[in-house]
Parts: sequence; C-alpha cells; structure tokens
Amino acid sequence: MATLDAPRIVTSRKDFADSFTLARYLDTGGYVALKKALTMFPEAVAAEVDAASLLGRGGAGFPAGRKWSMLRKSPISYLVVNGDESEPATFKDHYLVERDPHQLVEGVIIAAYALQVNQAFIFMRGEFALGLERVQQALNDAYAHGALGSKIFGSDFSLDVVVHPGAGAYICGEETALIEALEGKRGFPRIKPPFFPAVTGLYGEPTVVNNVETMSNLPWIVNNGGAAFAALGGGRSAGTRLFALAGRVKNPGVYEIEMVKNTFRDLIYDPRLGGGIIDDKQIKAFIPGGVSAPWFGPELLDLPLGQDEVAGEGSMLGSGSIVVMDETSCVVRAVWRITKFFSRESCGQCTPCREGSGWIERAMYRLEHGGGRMEDIDLLLDLCDNIAPGLTWPPQQTTICVLGPSIPSSVHSAIQMFRDDFVAHVQHGGCPHE
Amino acid sequence: MSHFRSEIHQRAEDLVALYPRPRSAMLPLLHLAQEQDGYLSDEGIAEVAELTGTTPADVRGTASFYDMFHLEPVGKYVVGVCTNIACLLAGGEEFLEHASKKLGCSVGSTSEDGLFTLEETECLADCNIAPVVQVNHRYVRTTTPETFDAMIDELRDGKLDHDVPSHGTLIRVRRSGGLRASRQEVADQRIAAKAARDQRIESEAK
Repeated sequence: MATLDAPRIVTSRKDFADSFTLARYLDTGGYVALKKALTMFPEAVAAEVDAASLLGRGGAGFPAGRKWSMLRKSPISYLVVNGDESEPATFKDHYLVERDPHQLVEGVIIAAYALQVNQAFIFMRGEFALGLERVQQALNDAYAHGALGSKIFGSDFSLDVVVHPGAGAYICGEETALIEALEGKRGFPRIKPPFFPAVTGLYGEPTVVNNVETMSNLPWIVNNGGAAFAALGGGRSAGTRLFALAGRVKNPGVYEIEMVKNTFRDLIYDPRLGGGIIDDKQIKAFIPGGVSAPWFGPELLDLPLGQDEVAGEGSMLGSGSIVVMDETSCVVRAVWRITKFFSRESCGQCTPCREGSGWIERAMYRLEHGGGRMEDIDLLLDLCDNIAPGLTWPPQQTTICVLGPSIPSSVHSAIQMFRDDFVAHVQHGGCPHE
Repeated sequence: MSHFRSEIHQRAEDLVALYPRPRSAMLPLLHLAQEQDGYLSDEGIAEVAELTGTTPADVRGTASFYDMFHLEPVGKYVVGVCTNIACLLAGGEEFLEHASKKLGCSVGSTSEDGLFTLEETECLADCNIAPVVQVNHRYVRTTTPETFDAMIDELRDGKLDHDVPSHGTLIRVRRSGGLRASRQEVADQRIAAKAARDQRIESEAK
C-alpha cells in the first residue's frame, strides 16, 4: 500500500473547481509566502530553497538551490520558467498551469526576489491554449493585487513577468533551445560549454531556467521552511513529487506522492492511485521517467520512486512520467513510435541524431510493419552505439544536447528485455499482434 | 498600410514592447498573424518581419522550424490526434484512421469543404484522457469514435464556437497589467539591491 500521509504541496487546491482564481487562491493561503519572503534578505530565501534540497522537476534533476547559488557572484539578469512540457506521457505541468496558475506565479515572484531579477519569462508550450489564458489571467490579477509590478506589496522590489508561447517543438524544452526560441529564433540547442545559462543565457546575459513544478513548490517551502520539505522523501530525493501515470492502468492521472517512501508498485497498483492494470492483465514493462529513459521490467516494481534509486538500476526518474505496458501491448510497436517521435523532433544540427534517428525509425518500421530482417536487430544496436557510444547509463554524448543520446534508451532496453519479440516480428513478417 | 487589422496590429505592438529586444516577439507575433489569416501568408510574414526588425526570409526560416505554424492555408478547424506512446497504447493509431474517414481527408490534408485539416501530433500532455484530440489547440476530450463523430458534427453546425474558437493560441490571451516603473527606476533599484547585497556579504565575511 502506498504511503499517502505527506502533505499536498503543489496540489492542495485539487478539489476546488475554481482553484485557478485569485479569490480561491487568497482564500487558501495564497501570497502569504511572498509577503513573508519580502521581509527576508534575498539570500535567506535562497538558503531556504537550498535547505529544502529541492531537485529540479524538469527532467535532469539538478538541485534548484545550487542552480541559484552558483550565480551568487555574478548578478542574474533574467529568470526563465520552463513550461514547455513535451516529454511524451508527461502531463503534470499541464495540470499546474491550468489548475493552479497563481501558485506558479507566486513561486516565480519568490524566485525572482531571491535572485534579485526584475524580469521573468514563463515559456509555455503553444498547445496549452487554456494554460496560456489561465496564467496570463493570474498575472493580470497579481498586478492588480499588488503582488507584481512596481514596488511589490510596498517593498522595494519590482518585477515584470511575461508569458511567452512556444510553437510546437519538443526540443525547446532543452534550456538553451528554449532561450533561442525566446530570442525569436529556431529552437537550436546551443553548443556547450558554457554548460549553464547562468553563465551565458538570454541575450548572452546570466539567466536562471527552472521548471514549472520546481517554481510551484516555492510558496510551500517559504511558508513551512526548507527543513520541513527536506524531511519528506528520502536520500537525495526530498519532498513530494508529481507523477504522471499513463498507459495500461485503470486510473491514469497526475498524483502527488512522497518520494522514496513509495514504490512503482504502489503508484501503479494502489487503488487510490493507478488502481492496477486494465482488465487485471499482467504488466509487461514500464518506462520510469519519460520516453528518454530506459525501460524497466516487472522485477523492478518494488524500486522506490527516488532519483538515485532509479539511477542505480540504469534509468532515470526524468520528467516524472511513468508509462505502463501490459501483456497485450506490442513492445516493438511502442519502440517504433518512440523512435518516430525522436526522428520527427530532432532539430537536425548534429549528424548522429539527425541521421541516426531516421535510420533507426526506418528499421523499427520494417520490423513492425513487415520487411524486417534478422540482422536489423543488431543493426539497431550498432546505430544506437554510434549515437551514445558504449550504450552506458548515463549515456555518452556525441551531440550538442541530450536528445540524441535519449534515442537509444527505449531501443536498447527493449531489445535486451524482449529480443524474442523482435525475432518473432522478423519471422512473422510484421507484427504478430495484428 | 498595415496588413494586420487595427486590433491585431495594436496587440502586436504591445507584444513587441514587452521584450528587451523586438525579435523576441517573433513567436507570439506569428501566432497573431495566423490568428488573422488562418495561416502564415506572405503579407503576414512581411508584417512580422517589419515589427521584429528582421527580413521575410528570416521570419519564414524561423517559422518553418515550428509545427504549429502553417505555411500553407489550412481548414477552419485543425484537428490534431495524438498517436504518441500513451495514446498508442490506447488505440491512437486506429483512432487517427477513424478520424481520417470521418473527415474525408488523409493525415496532413484538408477536407474538400475546407473546414477540417487533420494532423497526427506528438504528445499533447493530456495522457490520462487518451487518445488525445485537440481542435485548434483546445482539448476536446473525445476518446471514442462515437463521441468524436458527434463533436465533428457539432463543430460543423457551429455549436462549439464557444469551446473551440478559430485559429490562434493567443486569441483569448490579453495582458492587462504590467510593470509601471520606468526602465531607469528598475535599473536604479538593481544597483541599490546589488550594493546592499555586497555590503551584507562583506559584513558576513567579517
């Protein structure tokens, strides 16, 4: 059974139909944390976030406090919030921007104060038409309420926040590509080093980029203290986290649960959460952290939902999306669709990714739709090895960004786990499930 | 003479003013151009180039990178069906096939009456209600062939005009507040804040 006694940190207004309005937000403790933060020194606010051990919730899991403190020596010019949620089967930021936009806005103001920046941008994927409306309305309300704009709540701190729509490109979730898009260009990731926008970011100036969920945790952390947040979870994975559960489960959805204290089995099978597999079938495999992550088999269901725990088994918690496949699911078809996605979304700058993704997709297409050859299976592994040499985890990189090295994850792990299924596709001349 | 009608032109100028550099308004302005014309017309592109201080070739080269921008005319309603992993496991491919039959057009093309364009999309981040369907980037949440057909019929009859406005993801986004301090005021504040911080760090060091 899952452990569900942790407080709801980012979904506390889940049960209110009007959770996105200023009235409801103020009625449920909204903007109290901001008023408290404004009475503190900016560094003290940053120190609370550092003490919380809040890991970034976008995918890489970099400690948010460290992202900020690395910059203490050079003043930051811009805060950019990454709301370009596009990792397949990830839909937690979608929940936050539509259902609790004020919580996000308050988090952004707190972060901007801690960093002492006066200009922030919320970059949101363009397909979130309602999310864009809700966040803009929240900003409009915050300006009218005195929580944004000139001399916030009578303090000496001023801030402007602009919500910026993306236009449909997965790669813009990569922070340097996002910055390029925010500068009005094609979303090409920038060459590293410098590795961090904190060194060279928007318009070449020091910039902090944080995820929507990361920002949404800040009001609670300021209200309750970093130590209270750090006391939740376990190991390096502090706090609760939003998990987006999708695929062949009875109750797919976004669930906020404590990290480490719960396992994949708890999330997938607990009747208060995933509720088990559709028609009570057997689970075949699951993806623990977005389609960039290597797959796990049922033998790892009892693994705790923690960053290091999952990394220790050769995958990642990534974007917090968990996809469940059951005995009726065709793993070859699933891998083909994932590689088709990467092929379509590769920005085209680096040869291994641009050419490799298309080649892999064509080989996977043959296997799934007929015409696959036995040697295709090893060809796939060879292609993967060319993109991420050695097929290690974390992957070696031959490209500017991590999109390329993410392509082998599903291909390699699925062939390792289900080679017989690949062979059956060749022998059958296409998908035997059809 | 502006190609944008006056309301859109005003919104475009307001958008440009939000950013430290005009080119940053590129993506929002392209959304506006599409809101007016339904797609990115040559005139719309020229107007965006002028507003951002770039060239039409540069604007086109940027726009072509992004899936949401249409360089050719599309139907009044762009119907996107997701077939990515979560939707695939919920029958997204079969659903897309059904949508193609219902609309009478293949994926990537427009129905003969010019009303519908069908697209196969990547993940739309609403995976608990799969397969996911968006019309003009509004989630319509029809997961069975029957509810999909009914939704299309209602669109055709104009009964969903409120839920599914025409093109433009920004069509209902309006900014009413903003930083009222002058840039100079903000710059002065920044200098003062930095001085205060340096002083604190120095006294901490002591």
